[in-house]
Amino acid sequence: MRSESPFLLKIAAIGCVAFLHVPLLLIFLYAFTTEEKSFQFPPPGYTMKWFSIVWDRQDIWDAIGLSVKVAGIATLLALILGTCAAAAVSRARFFGRDHISLLFILPIALPGIVTGIALRSAFGIMDIPFSTWTIVLGHTTFCMVVVYNNVLARFRRTSGSMIEASMDLGADGFQTFRHVVLPQIASALLAGGMLAFALSFDEVIVTTFTAGQQATLPIWMLSELIRPRQRPITNVVAIFVIAVTFVPILAAYYLTREGEHTGGTGK
Amino acid sequence: MTTAVSFQNICRYFGPVRAVDDVTLDIAEGEFFAMLGPSGSGKTTCLRLIAGFEQPTSGHMEIFGVTSEGVPPYQRNVNTVFQDYALFPHMTVLDNVAYGLMVKGVDKATRQRKAQETLTLVALGSFGSRRPSQLSGGQRQRVALARALVNEPKVLLLDEPLGALDLKLREQMQVELKALQRNLGITFVFVTHDQGEALSMADRVAIFNEGKIVQVGSPEDIYERPKTKFVADFVGSSNVLSPAFSKSAGGPESWASLRPEKISIMQGKEKAPTWHQSANATITAAHYQGSVTRLNARISSGETINVTVPSSQGKFAEGEKIILHWPKEAVHIMAGEA
Repeated sequence: MRSESPFLLKIAAIGCVAFLHVPLLLIFLYAFTTEEKSFQFPPPGYTMKWFSIVWDRQDIWDAIGLSVKVAGIATLLALILGTCAAAAVSRARFFGRDHISLLFILPIALPGIVTGIALRSAFGIMDIPFSTWTIVLGHTTFCMVVVYNNVLARFRRTSGSMIEASMDLGADGFQTFRHVVLPQIASALLAGGMLAFALSFDEVIVTTFTAGQQATLPIWMLSELIRPRQRPITNVVAIFVIAVTFVPILAAYYLTREGEHTGGTGK
Repeated sequence: MTTAVSFQNICRYFGPVRAVDDVTLDIAEGEFFAMLGPSGSGKTTCLRLIAGFEQPTSGHMEIFGVTSEGVPPYQRNVNTVFQDYALFPHMTVLDNVAYGLMVKGVDKATRQRKAQETLTLVALGSFGSRRPSQLSGGQRQRVALARALVNEPKVLLLDEPLGALDLKLREQMQVELKALQRNLGITFVFVTHDQGEALSMADRVAIFNEGKIVQVGSPEDIYERPKTKFVADFVGSSNVLSPAFSKSAGGPESWASLRPEKISIMQGKEKAPTWHQSANATITAAHYQGSVTRLNARISSGETINVTVPSSQGKFAEGEKIILHWPKEAVHIMAGEA
């Protein structure tokens, strides 16, 4: 049935898009304002000076460096663990497989605050001092799920007899993985890895619970917002974060679009 | 004659399921051996035992005199053509065929030359640079065949390789496979549920039912002299005669099989040859199928007998009374019902 009120529908669609994206535009706008204490509209004047101030602030560079390091290591761990878990669940038959499959996905369904508290108390009980590595561990819990979901979907689509064919033709386990399995799941790994990186890069809640004195970029931004002066600095950094996370999410979207939809991409 | 594959009391259980139940079997070198049976009869599991994808629960297995229990698939000189072909979609056809040589460390020039030769053997010489997705079903099947043959296996295993092809292509491939096997002299072990395929290609056929081998023999043996009711039923829809009917028709009192095409019918008042056995019957169904007509005829005891007669013999109507007759030697006495 064709819609009888296409005009109203168009208004609704435009309204939704505006609701979602106007706040983002405001971030761009106020990165250039000359007024630093409050966000008055329209901005009294425009300037590029905040970009140069950000460029000279060592604490921002430290936060960016830490975020990239954490996201990089967490993604790497997630790729290895997620692939192993997906291989086990899709290939092997063992008791309680479906329940274990649910347990793998749970960290992304659980509120971050629960994951955070659980990890914090676990680290406390085990006397592990808070450091970059505790943040990495925290991020790996949910990054792994994204990789797991992507790789599992790919494994389900590829024929199991291909692995048998490879063994049959004389390839041992390692050769089969390198020449047959890895090429099959490469784009799923790339998509899962990019999403994992983006998730880790802007994570706040789990990080708050598992970080010691270090501040990742999102934590730095939170603390900066509380300060009354130089507010446009956070907007400049926010633009940087949008750029860094938007590219991999877009790439992952196009990489997986040709295949089936993979769940677990949002947190 | 060397024994290529030897099973001695091989069992393979999956939990409580006896997929292969005490199978003893010898396959000779250079033989075209078919494993025939309904799905779930254990024939594919037997093939996977030879390939090494399954290990026997008990029993002893040898391939060319070498014990094969515990030997992984990649250390066996046996190759498989899979039912779904299992070609590697990310490689070209040539790389697919060269794969077995590559993982064995053969240098690039040699393996590409050999792969090209094998592709030519299966009449796909000019398709090396294509992807498997750009080929038709029949062509993929040939690539799968070439990919296995390039390794010069001592035994080639084929798991229902023609199942996915249409009728005409399947008949053509049957002829080609048979010719290929003759020329190469490799032992072929062929799994199928299609009795026509098994009978037309194989030197010997093993009939599987419920994990056991019911009968092994030449296609003629299997077709003309089925050992049991199951074989008679499964191979070519034979008539299974009850002991009572065998006796009433003038034979001994035991289970017997009678091929539909061995039965003649009389519609008028002609007399059957005196050396024939005969029975009165009523036609219950007549299916015209071109050159032949298949009749279902009910005999006085209530059993239905299938008859295949040339369509040129005349027209048949349901309810018509006829006399069935057949030469005594067409009746094959069977051991039992199983």
